[in-house]
Amino acid sequence: MTAPLLSVRDLRTHFMTRAGVAKAVDGVSFDLAAGEILGLVGESGSGKSVTGFSLLGLVDPPGRIVGGSIRFQGRELVGMPPAALRALRGRHLAMVFQDPQATLNPVLTIGAQMALAVQAHERASDRAALDRAAAVLARVGIPEAARRLSAYPHEFSGGMRQRVAIATALLHGPALIVADEPTTALDVSIQAQILAKMKALAAESGTALIWISHDLATVSSLADRVLVMYAGRIVESGPVGAVLRAPLHPYTRGLLDSLPAMATPGEKLRQIPGAAPSLLALPAGCAFAPRCPRADAACAAPPPEVAQGSRRAACHHPLEAAA
Amino acid sequence: MRILRLALRRLAASLPTLLLILMGMFLLLQLAPGDTVDALMAQMGGGDAALAEELRRFYGLDVGIAAQLWRYLTRLVTLDLGFSAIYGKPVATVILERLPPTILLMVSALSFAFFFGLVLGVLAARRVNRWPDTLISTLGLVFYATPSFWFGLMAIVLFSVYLQWLPAGGFYDITMGYTGIAAMLDIARHLVLPTLTLGLIFLAIYLRIMRASMLEVLSLDFVRTARAKGLTETRVVARHVLRNAMLPMVTLIGLQAGTMLGGSVVVESVFALPGLGRLAYESVVQRDLNTLLGIVFVSALLVIAINFVVDILYARLDPRISAES
Repeated sequence: MTAPLLSVRDLRTHFMTRAGVAKAVDGVSFDLAAGEILGLVGESGSGKSVTGFSLLGLVDPPGRIVGGSIRFQGRELVGMPPAALRALRGRHLAMVFQDPQATLNPVLTIGAQMALAVQAHERASDRAALDRAAAVLARVGIPEAARRLSAYPHEFSGGMRQRVAIATALLHGPALIVADEPTTALDVSIQAQILAKMKALAAESGTALIWISHDLATVSSLADRVLVMYAGRIVESGPVGAVLRAPLHPYTRGLLDSLPAMATPGEKLRQIPGAAPSLLALPAGCAFAPRCPRADAACAAPPPEVAQGSRRAACHHPLEAAA
Repeated sequence: MRILRLALRRLAASLPTLLLILMGMFLLLQLAPGDTVDALMAQMGGGDAALAEELRRFYGLDVGIAAQLWRYLTRLVTLDLGFSAIYGKPVATVILERLPPTILLMVSALSFAFFFGLVLGVLAARRVNRWPDTLISTLGLVFYATPSFWFGLMAIVLFSVYLQWLPAGGFYDITMGYTGIAAMLDIARHLVLPTLTLGLIFLAIYLRIMRASMLEVLSLDFVRTARAKGLTETRVVARHVLRNAMLPMVTLIGLQAGTMLGGSVVVESVFALPGLGRLAYESVVQRDLNTLLGIVFVSALLVIAINFVVDILYARLDPRISAES
């Protein structure tokens, strides 16, 4: 088997806040093959976005990668000099962010922002850069792309802005795009369009995709494999169909049960009781134990890894274990 | 086109303000005891009541206040600022003679404050909470807290009296009879200290605003996007951050144009510059109503003109401003 495109081992990203050390990402490991689509799922504060930022070296202070390894295309990204990492960003490793309202610069035209991205990695004339931008905008489905280059972000709708962000990420044909909840801020109908477009574009260009979302439904329609994160750790991973059909970890079960689509009409939605633990003071054992219906005394110890084929879960009492 | 329409509308809106300022000024000055004729007669060493009455009729001071105001405003429509009894010349001529030093001083002080405020603000924000930021911020506070007349006097003591590098006052050296480039350099030398004195306080304000504004913009999401695109840090700041961060500074220039004109009265007095500020002070002392009103009119025009330029600049910098909103 060839080496994976991306290999993350024991990644730990901590935030040195005044109140103490917040362990936003605490020992995350996973592999990603070229062209694969990976869903990264979790509640707010589970560390999924910080994992994404860590991959690109975009963790803002007081946050810092304190340990672990990120190997991308055979190169180690943790501890790489900033200039080398910058040369990689946007070219081989791109990112699409959550809120298209805030992620485009309000005072620069779409064309200028995309041309800057082209010229960050290539010596290109303004004309050539704008032509490239127009071509990619057309690919993501923006009509009259060449004319829209001189428009400002406020003249675009939310969905259009996100298409611009996706087009910008695609400019250099990266090997991996990290998409951080790119459809969360959009209407449901627009969400579906963007999802379909993204899937088609990734397949067409062989780009691998890490799709970060709190929404299991969007992930299930898009990803090949899914990672479920809780309190800075991966609690379950596996092929998306199998995980959603029969989750091993009680937390994944809880997430699925709280989806409105899974509920019987007229009945109350089933919630996961309690709230996510503070990242400043994580329990030594399973972080989910205080909210878990299956928890007992054993859960005070760090959970063992349960393997079932290509599936993994970190739990003392997995559901349907060895079934 | 969009920008021009916006600017013209703002210009039209400022006309009633101008009218109100002039009327208010006119009425306020009536409250001061004595008039031009009293001041003139005092200069002449006194005179009888008949002469005073004659002079009052000659300068149109014999009718009621309302009639005087009406007469003044109707003449103003034809851009006639009236006649200065004290200087014996039309007010327009008097003001035009005194305008260049003031405008030069304002432009140089504003450019100095804006440019260095911008640079220092950016430097401080890039090194926030480390020693360059602490140094710059402390200096800013010192400049802001120092009264400009005191700073001006100390600068004269140090640079003119003790070191003898720069002239202590005046607009140019009349004894040298310079022409052309030499005359310009001479004026520039005379303006160094007044510019520093007037500009430092504004520099301090601009640098605080720029630092805060930079920090705010640096934390916005599109900056992270720019970094994710692989832009160098210099490009992120130059292309993405600077333009957004400059918006509050540009607004501030418009707001402070009037304050700066007020500040130039003090600075012109300290450095004996024959400018508009000094003229205003002298006119008050001599009850030269026409000249004083003319200065108010020209100052208001100046502030309106600066705000007009600022509006255009702002609309150019921020495409979200439209003539419709």
